[in-house]
Amino acid sequence: MAVGQNVLRKEGVEKLTGAARYIDDIALEGMLYGKTIRSPLARGLIKSISFDTDFDWSPITVCDWRDIPGENFVALIENDQPLLVARDVRHAEEPILLIAAESRTLVEEAASRIRIEYEELTPVLSIEESLDCREIIYGDDNVFKRFLIARGEVDEGINQGDLIIEGCYRVPHQEQLYIEPQGMIAIPTDTGMTVLGSMQCPYYVHKALKQLFNLSDEQAVVIQTMTGGGFGGKEEYPSMIACHAALLAHKAQRPVKIIYDRAEDIAATTKRHPGVIRHRTAVTRDGRLTASEIDIVLDGGAYVTLTPVVLSRAAIHALGPYRCENVRITARAVATNTPPNGAFRGFGAPQVAFAYEMQMEKIALRLGIDPLELRRINMLKEGDITATGQQLRWSVGSEDVLNAAVERSHFREKQEAIQIERASGDSRKRRGVGLSFFFHGAGFTGSGEAKMKARAGIEITDQGRARVLSSSTEIGQGTQTIFCQIVADELGIGFDDVEIEETDTSRVPDSGPTVASRTCMVVGRVIQLAAREIKEKIKRFAAELFGAPEIDLMEGRFVEGGKVLASFAEVAREYAAQNGKLKVESQYASPMGVEWDDDSYSGDAYPAFSWGAEVAEVEVDMDTFEVSVLKITTAQDIGRAIHPLLAAGQIEGGTLQAVGYGLTEELVWDQGRIVNRMLTNYIIPTSMDAPDMETVIVEKEYPHGPFGAKGVGELPMDGAAPAIAAAVLNATGAFVSEIPVTPERLMMIHEGTRRESNED
Amino acid sequence: MKIEFEINNTRREVDSPPMRRLLDVLREDLRLTGTKEGCGEGECGACSVIVNGEVINSCLVPVCQTAGASITTVEGLAKDGRLDPLQQAFLECGGAQCGICTPGMLIAARALLDINSQPTRDEIKEAIAGNLCRCTGYVKIIDAIEKAALDP
Ligand code: FES
Ligand code: FES
Repeated sequence: MAVGQNVLRKEGVEKLTGAARYIDDIALEGMLYGKTIRSPLARGLIKSISFDTDFDWSPITVCDWRDIPGENFVALIENDQPLLVARDVRHAEEPILLIAAESRTLVEEAASRIRIEYEELTPVLSIEESLDCREIIYGDDNVFKRFLIARGEVDEGINQGDLIIEGCYRVPHQEQLYIEPQGMIAIPTDTGMTVLGSMQCPYYVHKALKQLFNLSDEQAVVIQTMTGGGFGGKEEYPSMIACHAALLAHKAQRPVKIIYDRAEDIAATTKRHPGVIRHRTAVTRDGRLTASEIDIVLDGGAYVTLTPVVLSRAAIHALGPYRCENVRITARAVATNTPPNGAFRGFGAPQVAFAYEMQMEKIALRLGIDPLELRRINMLKEGDITATGQQLRWSVGSEDVLNAAVERSHFREKQEAIQIERASGDSRKRRGVGLSFFFHGAGFTGSGEAKMKARAGIEITDQGRARVLSSSTEIGQGTQTIFCQIVADELGIGFDDVEIEETDTSRVPDSGPTVASRTCMVVGRVIQLAAREIKEKIKRFAAELFGAPEIDLMEGRFVEGGKVLASFAEVAREYAAQNGKLKVESQYASPMGVEWDDDSYSGDAYPAFSWGAEVAEVEVDMDTFEVSVLKITTAQDIGRAIHPLLAAGQIEGGTLQAVGYGLTEELVWDQGRIVNRMLTNYIIPTSMDAPDMETVIVEKEYPHGPFGAKGVGELPMDGAAPAIAAAVLNATGAFVSEIPVTPERLMMIHEGTRRESNED
Repeated sequence: MKIEFEINNTRREVDSPPMRRLLDVLREDLRLTGTKEGCGEGECGACSVIVNGEVINSCLVPVCQTAGASITTVEGLAKDGRLDPLQQAFLECGGAQCGICTPGMLIAARALLDINSQPTRDEIKEAIAGNLCRCTGYVKIIDAIEKAALDP
């Protein structure tokens, strides 16, 4: 059996020897280097573009918007984001021109010889400025999208409560900061265009390329190269870079490579949506939630891009994993003149998770109830109903994760020890312990998977091995490995006898994007179904071949009555000789009874949720207000772990990104431009900042996932920020309603709290 | 300018402007693309190589400074088709996810184990503090280095 085993990852060795080829490692004959000329201005009109006449422009390829053969848009949800600005600049770093030359030095030299003049317009730079509508930059009220989720009677619920508690929470931008910057190579071919590069979603790039040059499915070819991290940052933006490289390549009729440097990557590509989230909760004295009103506003940036989808996930997760009969969630995403915000691991959920968990902390504080107890009183359990009216029918690990996190971290003992320590006098270093409880819907929201109809397949190679055909990308999380494990076990052959087809749109079907924690649960399921069909076919064939009706395929051998008749490879070759290539493609179908209504925004938002609980232990220096996270214990229910080691790796990595979100990662803006666009001043955690981590995987199997698996990619991003803020509260008494918890912010809150309590 | 050095135990000569970054000479002239560029400013460690026993960021070092030096890149770790114990341990412990930081991590770890064969977890953390990883949370990288030290 391969499933549940920590087999060696498929592409493991090449990553360790330096043999793995990432996009910047590829150099082609005659290749040019491309560069993007961007606006320094957040909002304005282009008045003129001039090229220095003293410079020899003959070896330089230059493209502007007029070189775009079709429509000037990046294909995504709405056609609103141009590939190159024609006249209206809507955010800083917006692409205006593309240039390419034989060397990077020459390209840089040419870039410095271009002058662009603008007429400046007043930019809208914050959620508040967007909402006050003094400047209108989108539609007639700057609102990209609205959602309403309503359940029960909020007014009645408020009457049933003894107390109303309000909170307002702010969450910042966050940069994905994959260590491999974005990059693409476009190669003009006789029939169309081929693009190679670092990406999560080959078929998004494929669609954008087709639209750009009006190509057929076959004429546009997109190949994913080894990808050095994505975290959502390589979901939609790669389409832009691919189209840019392709425009230059088309004009020059030579291959063109565009690789962003770190500063360009931070400044120009998508970020996590910042937001303001307001809670108004009615509770009874014994801690039951009777009504909850939540208002979410996210900053979408200058174009729609994926914002509606992020907003939808934020709205659906806004109440948290809690029971409440009367709920009203309003969500809006607004336009600002900043680079479009987009996909980032968690996709709207980490934002609202910080808010709902801090609101629980506030309620606990106000009611004088222990925070853990409050979670226990209100947590969703199997059979309960969520804010969208979804009844949780299966795979609900809520209690299990909370118990596991509390026990493994010795939460109670730590709470007590801290109390005793506190009583014994004031120390300049204070310890604190806090917890968070969260959930994450796996797969696309609502009817997304039903519409997407993800496809994937398996073919049997001439050598008699199984080859997986899927466009789900390996971006470090282990896609290739877990797919091979699933196929090996379903088919009954060895893990080493399964291989993965290159992620190339001319060879693999569209499995949908590699996002939304859907790769294992959804695409893995499709692959499992394909394997099942292959097995049926080849078993039937073998049964006839050997005249053995009871034949079975186990561990790569056809057996009947304990007797080995042939190897899988032998039968597969014979099958091919008689019937031609054995290949099966399957398609995703939603499990029976999973239903969603887009109009009322109610129903089964996700086929299953993953559940998490986390305990953070911090130490706060009361002189510098620096917070060190000493330890994080996290328990996560991800369904069956196909590969426990890889799953733990996802949990640890996601958790540390969330520590950065909670503590250090913050962008500094000046007139709509990012000031800290380097690794020296945008601070992600190093090995020295990383807390000790203890990970508990809880496996509440999901009946419609492959071998019971759910999603693991994003859940780990949701829990650390609120757990840390709760621990800081425990340590210092300072209630943090905005992240990151920087020393400056913490000092201000602490001073404020002290003043308040002195005045009391 | 002609510059001679020893890379992964082989003498090599390159002809390059003296101030070019060692990183570019390795990647472009010698096609040793295992050494990566993550920032170009000495912060991420993806470009780490060992020069005369010390870990350096090859994005900060002009090639002329390495004349006559002995350089080890990730391509030089496996010997005679056998993985270095560190590479084996990374493979088994899940130390590489996307793999882009891995060459730099392996180099930093190799330099550590060369001078300290039994490092503590804290010493390991310190040795890789200049190497950023966004995927792993460092846990499995530290596990791997510990394991390689225990059974080399
Ligand atoms: S590329 Fe040299 S340290 Fe980042
Ligand atoms: S494994 Fe991806 S950055 Fe370290």
